[in-house]
Amino acid sequence: MTARMEQRFTDVAAEGRPVLVTYFMGGDPDFDTSLAIMKALPKAGADVIELGVPFSDPMADGPAIQLAGQRALKAGQTLAKTLELARRFRAEDQRTPIVLMGYYNPIYVYGVERFLEDALDAGVDGLIIVDLPPEMDDELCIPALEKGINFIRLATPTTDDRRLPKVLENTSGFVYYVSMNGITGSALPEPALIAGAVARIKTHTQLPVCVGFGVKTADHARVIGASADGVVVGTAIVNQIASSLTEEGGATEATVPGVEALVRGLSAGVRAARAVAAE
Amino acid sequence: MIREQYVNQPPKPNSFRAGPDEDGRFGIFGGRFVAETLMPLILDLQAEWNKAKTDPTFKAELEKLGAHYIGRPSPLYFAERLTAELGGAKIYFKREELNHTGSHKINNCIGQILLAKRMGKTRIIAETGAGQHGVASATVAARFGLPCVVYMGATDVERQAPNVFRMKLLGAEVKPVTAGNGTLKDAMNEALRDWVTNVDSTYYLIGTAAGPHPYPEMVRDFQSVIGEEAKEQILAAEGRLPDLVVAAVGGGSNAIGIFHPFLDEGGVKIVGVEAGGKGLDGDEHCASITAGSPGVLHGNRTYLLQDGDGQIKEGHSISAGLDYPGIGPEHAWLNDVGRVEYVPIMDHEALEAFQTLTRLEGIIPALEPSHALAEVIKRAPKMGKDEIILMNLSGRGDKDIFTVGKILGMGQ
Ligand SMILES: Cc1ncc(COP(=O)(O)O)c(C=O)c1O
Repeated sequence: MTARMEQRFTDVAAEGRPVLVTYFMGGDPDFDTSLAIMKALPKAGADVIELGVPFSDPMADGPAIQLAGQRALKAGQTLAKTLELARRFRAEDQRTPIVLMGYYNPIYVYGVERFLEDALDAGVDGLIIVDLPPEMDDELCIPALEKGINFIRLATPTTDDRRLPKVLENTSGFVYYVSMNGITGSALPEPALIAGAVARIKTHTQLPVCVGFGVKTADHARVIGASADGVVVGTAIVNQIASSLTEEGGATEATVPGVEALVRGLSAGVRAARAVAAE
Repeated sequence: MIREQYVNQPPKPNSFRAGPDEDGRFGIFGGRFVAETLMPLILDLQAEWNKAKTDPTFKAELEKLGAHYIGRPSPLYFAERLTAELGGAKIYFKREELNHTGSHKINNCIGQILLAKRMGKTRIIAETGAGQHGVASATVAARFGLPCVVYMGATDVERQAPNVFRMKLLGAEVKPVTAGNGTLKDAMNEALRDWVTNVDSTYYLIGTAAGPHPYPEMVRDFQSVIGEEAKEQILAAEGRLPDLVVAAVGGGSNAIGIFHPFLDEGGVKIVGVEAGGKGLDGDEHCASITAGSPGVLHGNRTYLLQDGDGQIKEGHSISAGLDYPGIGPEHAWLNDVGRVEYVPIMDHEALEAFQTLTRLEGIIPALEPSHALAEVIKRAPKMGKDEIILMNLSGRGDKDIFTVGKILGMGQ
């Protein structure tokens, strides 16, 4: 595996706090602004970057991320350009792990072998592909692991103890626990339920468990981060970007600073998380 | 004499009817490309379906509802005047438009709602294009006392207004979807989002032979009653099998339903008709096989209309039921192995066929099977008078009369 992911989780754990994973859509609202956002994220306190790959039919996403994908596609974003974003970022930052998140079809059409080579070359460390459950591991998961790219699996409330071993079998990097049955942007369920689910998954694996879907505020990050190894924030960042745009969907001077301010707040949230746990 | 040939046919070593394998694959097509949240449910559905398949009570229930609720068997009709007009092969219609609710869609809905009941689900969702599947879903939901939500593209809500009324009258909630072009693909995305959110209570009643395994196989098996009946009926009428079987292909359920029982009959040529829209040169068509390439969408790998980056195109067809940029995985495979030929028919050709049938036979067909009919009209004159064509008349055209009337400048 690329060493960056494990290193980052180890380093952050040593600080005694959960990891902050930040999602944004590659190419939203345009390539250059998107690159500026990506570079700003670690400086504002993000530990891992989830780089969204736009797809025309995002079946697991709510309206905010759907619209972000449409803005990106309209601005001409492609999988090749998303890899280029990763490459440009990596030229300046060799330590922050990059995880591509999206749907399988753009990768399938790009060609799995060629994609994995180009992704590795661009400095990508992991993949989260929503529509590839373990039953489809031969498609991309196994080839990715063979190349040394992490394949991060989603575990959900419907993944019961009987099924968990299958879900975890070829998972690497971290486990992404989806906090609810639902799409991105939904409301966060009871923190106690989430803590219970995280504990349950941890009895099956040594991998760090990060929680996403519904985490929107610094306070959420603090509360969820009390029991999880990391929290993933997506829709809140995407909404922040959307709210800064012109009516036509163009970037403004407020776009990048708005994301920075939000992520600084979230970062403070994860840094306060274990204080809660100790209470 | 010929009948005996059919009855005594030796088992074929390479059957075209063996698929899918246990992972839901037809060659490279099919599969289960869904979010983890849905995966346990899809495995449950598969287990329930495997049990039901061999359960005599399930079969008996299906047959009883088929006979007394749907009105099966549907008639096989010799289109005498159309045959005379075209001057070639004898044309037979399998009259699925006479079913309760007016199309073949009800065959599948009855089967799936029985499964939903067996699984203890308390809420039904469905996607619909032409509204025929929405109406059939709303109908069986009413019949079995379950609440039903139907996702329908906003464009389709407008062009299939009569069916929207019917669904509402039947007690279903119709949710218009404005994403994309507001057609079938967008409705399916939204239905999948609902399903992920309400996975514990909800059964997703998919309306065509597509989606994740086991849907393509299950829908095919529920629709195969069309071909099985037609086979018996044509043997009774003509003493032999047809030379050509034709059906329109949207997602592919009415087509696979009539094709499947004929797949291993070597002497039967089979043709699926895709929506050619305004022509294959631009983007305004839905000919996924003729003009698409393999990709992954809505739970399965199949032929899709897409760009070089794997983004799905919207497509276009005059017929809402064919306005989908993909096709069921079994059709994709049947194309690649060369067993079935897939051809496009343009909007204007379908419109013409619609009018021909209405005037010559007193049958108003839906715009979907009008595509199949246009292909029949092309082929019949080139065939001998002793040859036989069997076409699936999958639905009636009441829902389309306003759309067609507007295009033809009728009324007002
Ligand atoms: C009458 C009729 N025929 C055909 C279709 C196309 O669907 P399929 O290809 O699944 O039969 C529809 C879909 O709405 C329809 O209403």
